[in-house]
Amino acid sequence: MNEMTSFDVEKIRKDFPIFEEKIHGKRLTFLDSGASAQKPTVVLDAVRDAYTHTYANVHRGVHYLSQKSTELYEGARETIRAHMNAESVDEIIFTKGTTEAINLVAHSFGLMSLKPGDEILLSYLEHHSNIVPWQLIAERTGATVKAVPINNDGELLMDQFTSMLSEKTKIVAVTHVSNAIGTVVPVKEIIDLAHAKGVPVLIDGSQAMPHMKVDVRALDADFYVFTGHKVFGPTGIGVLYAKNELLEKMPPYQGGGDMINRVTFEKTTFATGHSKFEAGTPPIVQAIGLGAAIDYINGIGFENIAAHEQALLSYATTQISALNNVKIIGQAKHKAAIVSFSMNGIHPHDIGTIIDQAGVAVRVGHHCAQPLMDFYDVPSTVRASFALYNNRDDVDALVASIKMVQEFFR
Amino acid sequence: MLDDLKELYQEVILDHSKHPRNFGKITPCSHQGHGYNPLCGDTINVYLELDEHECVSNITFDGKGCAISTASASMMTDVIKGKKMNDANTLFENFRKLATGECEEIDAGEDTERLMVLAGVKQFPMRVKCATLPWHAMHTALIGETEISTE
Repeated sequence: MNEMTSFDVEKIRKDFPIFEEKIHGKRLTFLDSGASAQKPTVVLDAVRDAYTHTYANVHRGVHYLSQKSTELYEGARETIRAHMNAESVDEIIFTKGTTEAINLVAHSFGLMSLKPGDEILLSYLEHHSNIVPWQLIAERTGATVKAVPINNDGELLMDQFTSMLSEKTKIVAVTHVSNAIGTVVPVKEIIDLAHAKGVPVLIDGSQAMPHMKVDVRALDADFYVFTGHKVFGPTGIGVLYAKNELLEKMPPYQGGGDMINRVTFEKTTFATGHSKFEAGTPPIVQAIGLGAAIDYINGIGFENIAAHEQALLSYATTQISALNNVKIIGQAKHKAAIVSFSMNGIHPHDIGTIIDQAGVAVRVGHHCAQPLMDFYDVPSTVRASFALYNNRDDVDALVASIKMVQEFFR
Repeated sequence: MLDDLKELYQEVILDHSKHPRNFGKITPCSHQGHGYNPLCGDTINVYLELDEHECVSNITFDGKGCAISTASASMMTDVIKGKKMNDANTLFENFRKLATGECEEIDAGEDTERLMVLAGVKQFPMRVKCATLPWHAMHTALIGETEISTE
């Protein structure tokens, strides 16, 4: 592969200390970034420095460390605001992950706006975290959950979307990139169609953020959520972007410290902006780590990342397609660097166990997307998901290990 | 690297997974159990027919599973067929202890060797539930429950 001169994957790999590890005595072939990405040294350092030099609780003390900690924590919020091109830091709410962010919107916005007979429109590509919170809210409000189907390649049927979008639809919640099969969903088109009918849209960006630059104002997304650990940051931190005009109307999700204006036993008034939705001591250091991760990927540049990953995806697709009795599931025209596949007569869990012995880490299972697995009539698949630090050696190691599986079960 | 793998995927296990014994359904049957592993979505149904002496006169299974759970189910049906209900429950308990590493060895008489073959799974903690799933399904059928989830 002709690496772009400005992007040297071998140099990138040195930023991630995990690649010095040996797995069962073998070189690590890490193809499970879709589940959680590895962490660069700059993120590890940011976390360590925050605990070592500046740690204290935020928004409370007047002492030096509390001010310093608050500065860094709020600095991370500004980094993320700028990265997503949100209008104001008040629109950036820290959560513990995508799941909590979606639950926040479902409970706060959902309970406020859904009535019996209303519809919540999802898609077949959703992760359970963008299905189950809506089902819980539908049960409480009498609303109904509907899902837009896909074609065999794993692309959303846009004509179906258009016809399912009705005056009953009160919110559309769809993923930006399918975690299980990699489809890139035309979210801009979805948002425009929904807005034409006055319907707000939540985009689950968990799998998009590591691979592409997201501009929430260009998309005109009403809610955009993602998790930190998939974008090279720590676990326990996620982000909900929501338009100010919506946040102002939404009731708090959880009550506690930090989210109040004035508390008496008779009545409590709430803080405004992001504070209204951040009850209790937040994940301070995790947010700082996430800020460092966002700075890191911006330093590399999404054009470089996308070019590198798309070249890898194309190489991996060609190599895996050439194998006997291996079927790639999900062949959308626009895909992120995720290859999901099944092997004739060999169960994904057996494949996962065998190739692990060769140091190859993939995800096997239903990928928390059982409705999608049901669509393809498979209980599970093997998923190789790529990130900016993967190279052609990783693809070759995967292919060699699949051949080993075939040998085993011959 | 291949040693552990060969311990897990022994010839006899591969054989049982490719050519499962007692695969199918008994209709009607006196006892039936359903096993589900939410981690991978695998399901196994176990069907038993007990005679008037509480002896397992017939046992079969069906469902979707990996090589380990299929082989385990197949070997289990071989072992359990003809056993008294109480002995079947004891075998379940013994096998569970063996697969989870609670016991290093067990004495299950003539069945010991067959059960030990499956015990290679304890080197692979993520796969223990695959091996125990059909046994749990069999056990729940015998104690009168209908469904077991291994999570």
